[in-house]
Amino acid sequence: MKEKSSHKRLTSNLITYGIVVAAFVIVQVLGATVGLSSSFQGQLIPICSYIVMALSLNLVVGISGELSLGHAGFMSVGAFSGVIAAAALQQAVPFAPVRLVIAMIVGALLAGVAGVIVGVPVLRLRGDYLAIVTLAFGEIIRNVLQVLYVGVDEAGLHFSTKGEAALQLAEGGRAIIKGPMGATGITKLATFTAGFILVLIALTVVLNLVNSRSGRAIMALRDNRIAAESVGIGATKYKLMAFVTSAVLAGAAGALYALNYSSVLPKKFDFNTSILILVFVVLGGIGNIRGSIIAAAFLTFLPELLRSFNLDKWRMLVYAVVLILVMLATNNPQLRGFLDRIRGKRKQEGEEESTHA
Amino acid sequence: MDILQNLINGISLGSVYAIIALGYTMVYGIAKMLNFAHGDVIMVGAYICFYAVSKYQLPPLVGILLAMAVCTVLGVVIERLAYKPLRQSASLAVLITAIGVSYFLQNAALLLWQSDPKNFPTFLNGIFGDKGITFLGRSITGTTVVTVLACVIIMVALTAFTGMTKMGKAMRACSEDKAAAQLMGIDVNRTISMTFAIGSALAAIAGVLLCSAYPQLTPTTGSLPGIKAFTAAVFGGIGSIPGALLGGLLLGVIEIFAMTFSTELSNAVVFAVLIIVLLVKPTGLLGKQIREKV
Repeated sequence: MKEKSSHKRLTSNLITYGIVVAAFVIVQVLGATVGLSSSFQGQLIPICSYIVMALSLNLVVGISGELSLGHAGFMSVGAFSGVIAAAALQQAVPFAPVRLVIAMIVGALLAGVAGVIVGVPVLRLRGDYLAIVTLAFGEIIRNVLQVLYVGVDEAGLHFSTKGEAALQLAEGGRAIIKGPMGATGITKLATFTAGFILVLIALTVVLNLVNSRSGRAIMALRDNRIAAESVGIGATKYKLMAFVTSAVLAGAAGALYALNYSSVLPKKFDFNTSILILVFVVLGGIGNIRGSIIAAAFLTFLPELLRSFNLDKWRMLVYAVVLILVMLATNNPQLRGFLDRIRGKRKQEGEEESTHA
Repeated sequence: MDILQNLINGISLGSVYAIIALGYTMVYGIAKMLNFAHGDVIMVGAYICFYAVSKYQLPPLVGILLAMAVCTVLGVVIERLAYKPLRQSASLAVLITAIGVSYFLQNAALLLWQSDPKNFPTFLNGIFGDKGITFLGRSITGTTVVTVLACVIIMVALTAFTGMTKMGKAMRACSEDKAAAQLMGIDVNRTISMTFAIGSALAAIAGVLLCSAYPQLTPTTGSLPGIKAFTAAVFGGIGSIPGALLGGLLLGVIEIFAMTFSTELSNAVVFAVLIIVLLVKPTGLLGKQIREKV
């Protein structure tokens, strides 16, 4: 029985990987043969980073069972530290892909540090309080970034909160981050292939974590905290593990996202972005990894589709309605009972078949 | 820095927070849910009043009453359609639905009333003549006086309502134990609807007061004050009416003083206060300790 369930899990994981690889191959083939529209091409890297964001948020919301409303905060930490790293290493590391990797690692590490700083106090709280404090942290991170000025010259990096002039840059230096103006003059380093690899890495990390001993401990804490603690699972340790892993992935996704544009505003990573990522997770199915990927890819591309039909105005309204309806439908006892009956029937048939074989 | 002037401004802002926080605290106390859409009900109330007064030239009092009526209906309808079916569900599901409602209201407002900021009429300032009244050498605007008065009146009225009327007692019973309240013959659904109605009517008043003090009205006007007022409710101890007043006033004063040091970071200071309060005293200043049962 145990072997059977692990076999089933392996198949399910392989299907998830398969979908991602197939999507990448199809896009590459289409790009090489038919050619893709520029609006679609422009969406490829954002889609990759939003998929990683959705995967990482699903780790917190779905697997760990804690609602985080400040996930864009970690994305912005990754984005801005990644941009700084890429700009600072412009001379030292001339090869662009290596610089991109370093930028993403720096972004991931700093977001991880932010995750520890936020997670240690926050994870002591529960439920709605935890959600509102993550929101507060997201806003604080954005507020701080809005007064942060960073410049680079031969002497190294300069930081200030007073303004561009206070950076005291030497001749030939330039400001990378200009407070509310955000990061400007970014050299575009991100590529679709790099995004694809990041998605695969994130997927591997999340799936391996979920199917490990630690992952089971995290899910046990989600399902019944008191019972899990009474059999010796340390709540803080495992919850922090999920939270920080999530922040690290979000940081890498943020760096990828920012290095795809020539400028990025701190305002981009506000509460609305956190909600957008939450919508991906909820619509994909809370705790469902494959669902997050599909929802993130589809919903990032949807605005482009709607724009071509002149329906863009309605998009956010539709999101809101769909979000409410999905929550109402999935929590409706009658509908749930109905779905369980269908599923139960299919399961029974499957078991009968396997006993015959 | 004029400490007294800042204190007056802080109390004025804090009174608005306190009125909004009341809506959060009452709903949280009874339905045990965080009504994320409360801030957006404020915005709707402000728009209704704006259109009634500026466009249709109705007297301000009629505009305020109209806003209260619309918001009351809106609050009850939201509760009936979106929250009632989820009464038995996990708090995560309810919170996400509430976020959905908040998003819906903001985007519906964006489509209905466009994103350009509206200049809210400052009819409250004219109540005591153009100069306002002088107090200890500082001139105080009519808006400030009305805001503080409204806050005090609402607090007294609500305390009396929950303490003395039958409906108020039913509300307190529901917040203690819904099942037991039902067994005593209390209509729990009606009580929850009533709570939403009162909270939303207060939100309309808060919307008018907020926009009288800060006259830029956009579809996202309500969201940040809403979150801050929730902070205030948590600060004072969620579920407690005097707690909402105390939390609101303290938060307003802290925000105004933080603003004198750094305008950009004043919000960060407010949220840092929330985090510190929750870490040191998770039940807030006047909140009750709830023991978890296995």
